[in-house]
Amino acid sequence: MAVNELQSTRKPPISQIGAVLWLRTNLFSSWINGFLTLASLYLLYIAIPPLLDWMFLSANFNFGTVNILGFDIKFSEVMADNDSCGREAACWPFIYEKLYMFIYGFYPREEVWRPDVFYGLTALLIVIVRLVRNYKYKNRVILSMIVTYPIVSYILIAGGFGLLPVVETHQWGGLLLTLIIASVGIIISFPIGVVLALGRQSDLRVIKLFSTLFIEFIRGVPLITILFMASFVLPLFLESGANFDKLLRALIGIALFQAAYFAEVVRGGLQAIPKGQYEAADSIGLSYFQKNVLIILPQALKISIPNIVGSSISLFKDTTLVLIIGLMDMLAMVNMTSQDIYWLGRETEGYVFVTMVFWVILYSMSRYSRKLEIRFNTENIN
Amino acid sequence: MKQKNILSQVKGLTFRELLYNNEARAFFFQVATFLLIAGLFYTIVGNLFDNIEARGIHTGFSFLKNRAGFDILPFLGNYLQDYTPESSNLTVFYVGLINTLIVAFIGIIVATFLGLFIGIARLSNNYLVAKLAGGYIELFRNIPVLLQIFFWYNIFINIFPHPKKSFSFFDIVFLNQRGLYLPKPILEDGILFVLIAFIVGIILTVFMKRYFNKKHDETGVYTRTLGYSTLLILGLPAVFFLLLGSPLHFDLAVLGKFNLKGGMQVVPEFIALTFALSVYTATYIAEAIRSGIEAVDKGQKEAAAAIGLTQTQSLKLIVLPQALRVAIPPTINQYLNLTKNSSLATAIGYPELMGAFGGTVLNQVGQAVEILGMAMLVYLFISLCISLLLNFVNNRMAIPER
Repeated sequence: MAVNELQSTRKPPISQIGAVLWLRTNLFSSWINGFLTLASLYLLYIAIPPLLDWMFLSANFNFGTVNILGFDIKFSEVMADNDSCGREAACWPFIYEKLYMFIYGFYPREEVWRPDVFYGLTALLIVIVRLVRNYKYKNRVILSMIVTYPIVSYILIAGGFGLLPVVETHQWGGLLLTLIIASVGIIISFPIGVVLALGRQSDLRVIKLFSTLFIEFIRGVPLITILFMASFVLPLFLESGANFDKLLRALIGIALFQAAYFAEVVRGGLQAIPKGQYEAADSIGLSYFQKNVLIILPQALKISIPNIVGSSISLFKDTTLVLIIGLMDMLAMVNMTSQDIYWLGRETEGYVFVTMVFWVILYSMSRYSRKLEIRFNTENIN
Repeated sequence: MKQKNILSQVKGLTFRELLYNNEARAFFFQVATFLLIAGLFYTIVGNLFDNIEARGIHTGFSFLKNRAGFDILPFLGNYLQDYTPESSNLTVFYVGLINTLIVAFIGIIVATFLGLFIGIARLSNNYLVAKLAGGYIELFRNIPVLLQIFFWYNIFINIFPHPKKSFSFFDIVFLNQRGLYLPKPILEDGILFVLIAFIVGIILTVFMKRYFNKKHDETGVYTRTLGYSTLLILGLPAVFFLLLGSPLHFDLAVLGKFNLKGGMQVVPEFIALTFALSVYTATYIAEAIRSGIEAVDKGQKEAAAAIGLTQTQSLKLIVLPQALRVAIPPTINQYLNLTKNSSLATAIGYPELMGAFGGTVLNQVGQAVEILGMAMLVYLFISLCISLLLNFVNNRMAIPER
């Protein structure tokens, strides 16, 4: 008997499709994998719910003023009386009330628009760098911004020049100070780093020796020792011996420190340039200066960009160390505000808040660096 | 030599020719740089001496003999140096150095194991495990390490109980907000022999391993050595230990009325610092391990499977040796970073080199140049040792070319 009707196709077994298949291949492919999955789930179970509870569910979000017996009382004063926040969960009103100090330090309140414009400019700079990526004259645009940004920012933040009221550096603090130290550190140390890298690669023995000594010395000691040196010994090096601005001293220390690291990054780029490029430049009669500026550096810097960003990330993390020599960066602000008589012992909230700010900035930077790495990695496409 | 060379080259050239002569130029630039830097040094050092004199700061190293006069947090350095406030500043230096080295040592061990574990987990084919490891790396490497130190220190002294309500593990180990209390080993005469036996055991094991490896190469007969090694390394000292009548006792901590007495207190500063440094450094080590394993060509594993090696053999003989070649240099660099970062302990008051010596002594004596110079030399020496180690490892690991 002939079968002239097509048999309907059976559905694949449940274990071979959709979620079940995914679970089987990714989580329970073997008994040991199953065990690892359960162990991970347990780890998440003991870590996440208490954390969520501390941060959100049981936390106090009661910002602003509280009305007690007909009086409007600012929240911190209520705290001092009845400790209504409790110790078992986060007390976010602390952050809310000290937010100004975390972000602007002791910057005068009536001048707060200046740091705001500075933050805006910084954000704008980042946006413009991203926008002009494919623009013909992008190098010129970026270069001119790198030159004008620090000048404009300095006038804006520090004031003076008869334009704006002067705000002394000891009033700078919080995130503002962190950003200033990081950006000034990067901008100042980069050219020094390039010169040091060229010096270390130079044929001139004396120059090579000094560059190498400087780089290896700085890279061999912790940043703290350099900061202490800048703080205690640097003033003694000057003729007047005067204790000049504390921030400036720290910046000099950080710039020299970072320059040594940038030098090594750029040297890596220089070494990756094929010898033929140097020889070609020499053979068409370019001078040392022309050879490096026109031929070598553009290529070397381009391939070192991901590492330059990576090194800048390290610098950004290292800016927190300035609190040890008494500058009031964002982390120092936590230590200070939690000594406030109303808010004693609220360090944890402060650290969590500062961690979030740092993490967002650093994570975006590291994502950007990874993206650049992929974009510039034209060699190993398998 | 070079001088003569230059003279012979530039002899008889006109000024204009001299200006465009490469040798002459190089010579001129080097002399100019040298003079510039020498001049800078001369000015700086001159100013330094003038200022030091003007401020009445002492110079020289005689301050090292002076009485320190301050208390140091009781930790390993104190015990080993018998530190009291009557001790000299030089003793503070040694105390700080010991405390730095112990943080570096323990931190490196913990970071290595943690990093290895996370790095391998990152490549796991278990989705959840890989994502968790990735999350760990992204979380902790993007937080400044100083912030992490503060955070863990704060957590430690806030969540652990008051000494009266210490957590106790079988009354041997106690944990409270003043730290971890371990049994304190009390060494007696004869422990030296046990130690020597231990070292001899290790040496014998190395020789034995060599012998059996050679035998394996020549005859193809493979001998399992794990049992013998254990016997030599652990058994030999154990025999001596028993023969000498157990020359080691432990002083247990005892819960007193308000505090724990006796035992060995591991201060919370140390625990927080070591924990933070290890957790932070482990993220970098994990990335190094991961990139090392990923750098091994897929064909290598397939080839290993094709010649019939088991999973373990393939990992041990084929994949790991190649992965380690890539992973070890950055890992050793991270060891150096961890050691340098241990100086951040200053911020939470752990008495290591920069905290006790570079901080407290500096504040008392004021001789910044000498004190910071000594501290920097120590760090430079440690860096140098680690660089030498790195070079040695690189040479050992270099692919032999024929």
